[in-house]
Parts: sequence; structure tokens; C-alpha cells
Amino acid sequence: MPGNRPALVEEDAPPGAAGRLVAVAMPASAAQAASVTTAGQPLGRRGNTGGRRGTAVLRLISPVAVIVVWQLVSHFGLVSTTTLPAPTQVWSTAVSLVTHNSAAYGTLQGNLLVSLQRVAIGFAIGASIGLLLAVIAGLSRLGETTVDPLMQMLRTLPLFGLIPAFIVWFGIGDAPKIILIAIGSAIPLYLNAFAGIRNVDPKLHELSQVLQLSRRELITKIVLPGAMPQILVGVRQSLGVAWLALVVAEQINTSAGLGFMMSQATQFLRLDVIIVALLVYCILGLLTDWLVRIAERRALSWRRSFIA
Amino acid sequence: MASQLHSVRVPAPGNAAVATTVRVRGLSRSFGDVQVLHDLDLDIASGEFVALIGRSGSGKSTLLRALAGLDRQVSGEVAVDGTVSIAFQEPRLVPWRRVADNVSLGLRDSDPRASTAAALAEVGLTDRAKAWPLTLSGGEAQRASLARALVRDPSLLLLDEPFSALDALTRIAMHRLVLSLWERHRPAVLLVTHDVDEALTLADRVVVLTAGQISHTCLVSAVRPRDRNQAYLHELRTRLLAELGVDREGKI
Repeated sequence: MPGNRPALVEEDAPPGAAGRLVAVAMPASAAQAASVTTAGQPLGRRGNTGGRRGTAVLRLISPVAVIVVWQLVSHFGLVSTTTLPAPTQVWSTAVSLVTHNSAAYGTLQGNLLVSLQRVAIGFAIGASIGLLLAVIAGLSRLGETTVDPLMQMLRTLPLFGLIPAFIVWFGIGDAPKIILIAIGSAIPLYLNAFAGIRNVDPKLHELSQVLQLSRRELITKIVLPGAMPQILVGVRQSLGVAWLALVVAEQINTSAGLGFMMSQATQFLRLDVIIVALLVYCILGLLTDWLVRIAERRALSWRRSFIA
Repeated sequence: MASQLHSVRVPAPGNAAVATTVRVRGLSRSFGDVQVLHDLDLDIASGEFVALIGRSGSGKSTLLRALAGLDRQVSGEVAVDGTVSIAFQEPRLVPWRRVADNVSLGLRDSDPRASTAAALAEVGLTDRAKAWPLTLSGGEAQRASLARALVRDPSLLLLDEPFSALDALTRIAMHRLVLSLWERHRPAVLLVTHDVDEALTLADRVVVLTAGQISHTCLVSAVRPRDRNQAYLHELRTRLLAELGVDREGKI
């Protein structure tokens, strides 16, 4: 790419330093951020727009094939429909869950709304705490020595082992569920944001001294944008954990939510309802991932791989 | 080491006739057991263009960092009158801020937008104001870095080998640009370089740093723009190279 020189890479720097700088300019997250553009190939988006739609269609092949095989298996009676309901049956169950407010399950959309709310609140609280702690630990030695050991301890704690204790402490309402989701999403975000902040080029830190940036400017204009690729990786992981925590938390003492629907269905041995709920989780997971990707494309548009 | 022609020792402290922008007295800095700067004195008059040359490891960058206030672990007196700006060797643009936002970063000014636009116009980057730094060429990036330094209206401009990574043609253009900017704004300039020709093309005074001390100072009185083939500059060049330990045959 003649004439295009990454500003962070210094020709005269010793080889080790240059390697480190390149790593900062193109953090590991480029790989994770990928499939938006092919990671590690800074070829830009040129000619990719037509191909992306084609790829999207191709990506549908395997899921569609699974559904077709599944339908055929049920149709020819290879597996009984009580063991595995056919896709058509799952679909009609889904439709009736949406259209009818049953005494046992409520409506699908009603449960979905309750679950979404729990995830949104839990994730918002957890992510804010995780990010705040990462900034504290990332910017000061004192912060690191006080915050980091605690977070490293929490990281190894089996999250769902906390549930019994949470029920004792917080009762059986929404509080223990939201707290579980919050803790679950705070940890990956903290770990990634902390690493991202520590990886911000120290030369930019020096620059901020020369330009006499305030602490606030340093954080909002240098540190957080610099750590953003890694923070977004953390956001993805956090959302994954948040959904997981939701599923587990909602199966205990709930009167609404997708998890409630599933635990009811377990009691009535309604596998079709369980499958509907599982598929909804799948779609929600894909949807949030897609949203994060959009955020990534917007927030990281300065990176060479995103520049056409 | 004493020289007879067009060169003087470090001026004695305290008898500067013009206003001084930089006053350094007894500056020392050690890294572990290695003493990089050794009881160094330096004055830079306001509006004076000083080039600091020296072999690698002579302490050039350490002195520059001390003047920029980036190194607090020095001993001795470092006084700079007014604001200090610096253009680093690598342009050090913040990659996630567009060119104009890099120039205006941290700028406290009554009208930052207007002064940023003016600075970009001065370095000829008006049409790149909205570009991402990673899309700039080396010369453009270095000009953006210069604009960012100048927009703060510094009384001392530190240039840390800013042209060393540029190709020869771009470097010549940058020399001209720096001179015209200096003539217009008249900051005191300290240019760190290891290119003797560059120092002689640009500076009023060339200071040689050897093992953490100023070993030689030479005034360059030729009018600008300078023709480096002038006999006078040629003479100075030979002597500066000798100071740096390179003899006429180019042996080190």
C-alpha cells in the first residue's frame, strides 16, 4: 500500500518496539472483530459489498439443511414426535404461543419482553461497573492493586454456584436474577477493557502530557477510544454471559420470562415449547451479536482495515 | 577540540543580551549507573533556531524530554519561558481522531475551530482536515503533527528528528515549510537531528552533544535559503563531522 503508512509504526524504532506498536495499532481483536471484513487482510471493503450478500445466502445453507433433515426424520417416523417434535409442529406451537395467552405459559412476546428487560438492566449495570473498574485499574497502580485481585477472584468463581446464596440474600424476585446477570457481564467486560487500556500506546499517553490534556480528556479522547476494539470484544462476551445467566436464573422461581416458559414446559413435558424458547434464545444471541458488529463498524471506522 | 572559525563556546551563564526562552543549568540525568546528561548548561534566545546534533546515545532525546517536561527525574535547573510544543520523530497522531481533531486536541483557545483551520492551511493540509491519520502519507502526517504543535502558539518548539523518516524530496520540502513557519511565528526552536546538513540548512546555532555534555557550539551566520555547497558551510560541515568523530575520509 504505497504512501499509506500506519502512523503508529515508526520506521526507526527498534524491531521489538515496532512489533509492539503494530500490535497496538491492529490489536488481536481485529481477528474477533472480523467477518465484517476478513481479519488480517487490510484490503478494505472494495468489491466486498456484492460478495457479502452472496456470503449471507451461502451461510443459510447449513441451518436450512438441518431443518430439512429434521423434518424428514419426523415425517418418516424415524424418531417419535414426543422425543423430537417436527419443525412444522414447533412452528405451529410458536404461532399459538404468540396468538394465545395460555394459563400455563402466558404469551411468547410477553415472556420475551420480561426477559429482555432483565438482560438489559443487568447488562447495563454490569457493563458500567466493569468498565468503570477497568478504567480505575487501568489508569493507576493503586487502582490495579485494589481492584484487580478481586476481579480475578470473581472470574474463577462458578457464577451459577451463587444462585442458592442469592436466593437467600435477595429473595426470589427480580433482584437476584438481575444481580447474577450484572456480575456475569461485568467480568468479561472488565478483563477485556483492562487489557485494552493497558495496551494503549504509551507514546499517546506521553502526547497527552505534552498537549496538557485533562484527566477527563485523557480518558474520553485517548484511553477509551484506544481500548475500544478490546472493549467491544468484551461487550460481545458479556452479552453472551448475560443471556446464559438469564436462562439459568429464570428457571428458578419465576412467573414470567423465557426461562419460566421453559420450566413450565418441562413440567408438562412439552418439548415443542422448550424448542421454541431455545430458538428464541438463539435468535436473540445472533441479534445482539449483529448489533455489536454494527457498533464495531461505526466505532472502529478509523482502522485501516475498515477504510476503503 | 577548540575551534578558531565561526564557533564559540557555550555562552557564560547570565550575560545573555536578548530575552532567553530556555535556560538550563547543571542538568544531569542518570538511568541506573549510566549518566546520560552531565551537568549541562544551555540557553536558547527567544526566536532562535538551535540544532542539537550528536551521535546516538549522546543524550539528545533525554535533553529534549527534559525540556518538554516529560522527564521529572532530572536534577538541575530547567526553565522555559512560555508554552512548549513538540513534534515527535514519528508524527504520533491519534489514529482514531481525524486530522483536524488531532490538531485541535487539548487546544484551549477562544476559537479552536478557526485556529485549527488556519494551522492546517499553513501546512497545506486543508483538504485533508477530515482524513483519518492512517490514510496520510509520511509527509502529510508530519505536517499535521507540525500544525498541531504550532496551533498552540508555542514560545519553544521542540523538533525531535521529525524529518528522519521521510524520503529525501519530502524532507527538502519540509525544511522549507519549517523555515517559513518559523519566520512567520518566530518561536525559539530546538531541532534534534543527527543530520549535519539539516542542522546547517536550518539553524542559527548548532550545538554538539557528546557524552551528555555540550562539546561544541557553532554559529551559522549564512543567510537563508542556504546553498549547502557554499564554501563556508562546507567548512563548518567538515568541522562538525570531525566533532562527531567522523574524519575527512569518512572513517569513524
